[in-house]
Amino acid sequence: MTQTNTAEPIQKVSIIVSHGSLEGVYPGLIMANGARMEGIEASLFFTFFGLDAIIKKRMNSLKVATVGNPGMHMPTLLGALPGMSAFATSMMRKEIEKLDIPPIGEFITMIHDAGCEIYACRATVDMFHLKREDFCDEMDEVISVGQFYEKATGAQIIFT
Amino acid sequence: METMNLTGKAIQLDADGHLANRNDWNEDMARELAAQEGIPELTPQHWAVINFMRKVFEKEGDAPSIRRLTKESGVDTKTLYQLFPKGPAKRAAKIAGLPKPKGCI
Repeated sequence: MTQTNTAEPIQKVSIIVSHGSLEGVYPGLIMANGARMEGIEASLFFTFFGLDAIIKKRMNSLKVATVGNPGMHMPTLLGALPGMSAFATSMMRKEIEKLDIPPIGEFITMIHDAGCEIYACRATVDMFHLKREDFCDEMDEVISVGQFYEKATGAQIIFT
Repeated sequence: METMNLTGKAIQLDADGHLANRNDWNEDMARELAAQEGIPELTPQHWAVINFMRKVFEKEGDAPSIRRLTKESGVDTKTLYQLFPKGPAKRAAKIAGLPKPKGCI
């Protein structure tokens, strides 16, 4: 190590997932799982379209955004062609599987089994008229922003 | 390079505090390393994880992912975290005398 690290190691993280695309959801899940692997306490808070990642009917059919995503290096009109998003999604799923990263549903179960708490945003749940039965079993509680901050006491908050 | 006294010998460590040479490792050393990590006793399930990690490392040069560990070692995710409460990836690798795993999963 080139520098002496006198700062305290991270003890706890609260990760917010706000996007519902495949590339929007995975980073937060990978960070939550990685935290638990290191013995760091972790919780996940899903808000807005990020909620799709814990909605039973949607969690295993998230897609890669091929429009409005400069990272795709593809002209917007091309990205809008029928089947393009499905194609990009299937390519990414294959690559993700090669890295031994599970599909969203399995990943959520694994992260929850690892002791990470999973919360849904109250405002979004009300906005989209969602019910408990719409969510996967791993969703621990629907909480308000205030409750989120309370639970995040002492944590680093990561917004994705 | 740092050394640590394990099983009565000065053993070399890498920058992460794991064994520098995995051939120095033996089962008694694993028990001492486990005690340092707050695991007073290595149960048959701990050994299943440790031996699986060592087997994969010998073959592939890196420790297995948590997903693979749970799928192939016969120890499920919840149990794995109970066995190694301070984080299964790093702690189990350390006790198994292996370097810190490179993967993210």
